[in-house]
Amino acid sequence: MTPDHHPFLIFAGVCAVLLCATVVEHVLALRVPPGAPSPVLENLRDRINAWWVMTALLGLAFLAGRTGILALFAFVSFMGLREFLTLMHTRRSDHWALFAAFFAVLPLQYYLIAIDWYGLYSIFIPVYAFLLLPVIASLRGDPLRFMDRIAELQWGLMTCVFCISHVPGLLTLNIPGYEGRGPLLVAFLIIVVQGSDVLQYVWGKLIGDRKIAPTLTPSKTVEGFIGGVASATALGAALWWITPFRPWQAAALSLAIALMGFLGGLVMSAIKRDRGVKDWGRMIRGHGGMLDRIDSLIFAAPIFFHLTRYFFTV
Amino acid sequence: MSGAPHVAMAERRPRLPDWFAGLRRHVVASTVIATARVGTGLHARWVGCTPLPEQRIYFANHLSHGDFVLVWSALPPPLRASTRPVAGADYWSKGRLRRFLAREVFNSVLIERGATGPRRDPLLPIRQALDQGSSLIVFPEGTRNTTEEALLPFKTGIFYVAQAYPAVALVPVWIENTGRVMPKGEFLPIPLLCSVTFGAPTSLLPGETKGAFLDRTRNALLSMIPAGGAAA
Repeated sequence: MTPDHHPFLIFAGVCAVLLCATVVEHVLALRVPPGAPSPVLENLRDRINAWWVMTALLGLAFLAGRTGILALFAFVSFMGLREFLTLMHTRRSDHWALFAAFFAVLPLQYYLIAIDWYGLYSIFIPVYAFLLLPVIASLRGDPLRFMDRIAELQWGLMTCVFCISHVPGLLTLNIPGYEGRGPLLVAFLIIVVQGSDVLQYVWGKLIGDRKIAPTLTPSKTVEGFIGGVASATALGAALWWITPFRPWQAAALSLAIALMGFLGGLVMSAIKRDRGVKDWGRMIRGHGGMLDRIDSLIFAAPIFFHLTRYFFTV
Repeated sequence: MSGAPHVAMAERRPRLPDWFAGLRRHVVASTVIATARVGTGLHARWVGCTPLPEQRIYFANHLSHGDFVLVWSALPPPLRASTRPVAGADYWSKGRLRRFLAREVFNSVLIERGATGPRRDPLLPIRQALDQGSSLIVFPEGTRNTTEEALLPFKTGIFYVAQAYPAVALVPVWIENTGRVMPKGEFLPIPLLCSVTFGAPTSLLPGETKGAFLDRTRNALLSMIPAGGAAA
């Protein structure tokens, strides 16, 4: 098996796991007495079906190469940002700033990654958007809740656009001996982050007992956290052969990814709780909104990007 | 480009064959609906009733010119065909595009706002549409709400319609966020999520006064504001 086959092997592996999940779900469904629907099982079916669709979309994006991956994550950012800002305080006087966020800042950030301008894309939103969007908003002369409005807009851009753009940003890293295999690094990150989410869910459903942050989220348990993070670390270590890392390095990075992912889920849950919603949206059946699916990726992607960049690039 | 030759051409334009006008109407309507649904991530919530093909008056809060398009898009296609939005003639008669959209595509019932006096009955077009069996989408606030209040006081028209058509169910419809997507006076929309919630049907109670009816229907609408907004 040459490295050229690795993307197909990974894709086939993910499909095999999903096939197992589908079979298990059908077996579980057989044990449910007719006429007594199980909401947990129905949600599980929705989740698995959504995973099939998301896997297919990711597969298509990877087939299309660098442009496909960039376009997919620009779309993910767009959908995430609209869910985020829908729940924030905005006023009519923010209209231009909001328009600029969606249709100037977001495309420009992905363009800067496409042309591989690290020096600008790593500071564009934290510096330029940070300073210019409040200027645009202030030009409308409405001081009411100004600080809330502008802070929430900046936070939306940082999480949904800046952080997420570090996923395709991995393609710009120049790692000796790993030339042209950037998409596999993207696949590694996504598999470990989402694997960690799924494994936390599975461990939590199987042996979950003590809630880890009851005031923020009812669904995260201590058992789910420990089991999920540990098994995601093992999963990442087992995938070392598609990365530029040694097995122990892959394990350490996977641990960082899983921990950041967990903490990201916690932070985003706190925001949802404050706004009185359970889910960010409803575009992904069984999961909620786009942000419900990518909350962990938001926190994991920039950390994984910078750890890899610091230790492995020239 | 000057306006004059344009107008002259429009006057000389031959009448379109029916099949072409029908096709054009269908294509434009489908495009507008698809754009509205994708652009706002439209979520239709049937909370107080189901989408039944009975004659109804959907009464909604009013934030944006796109409101009736959104309610219309939220209806299943069979209901959409028999549901006509009631809109202000002053806005929707201006310019060829608006006239085309209002008359041909949305089949709107255009009413003169602020028309008073013994000789003009502003509700006549509404009565004609109801007599033909159409359902209606109305905005009882009478104008777009740009205040900090959730809902403006209702105009009295809805009371007189309810009085004259006691058999037609009045369905409250809460529209969330269109005022943020496209605030009054802006011309570029931003892609925030919108939702349309359909509440429990009601009608004029026996002996109910105008004031009591307007309060009750307005409160019915206010009670439907979803916690967490359009994402909930």
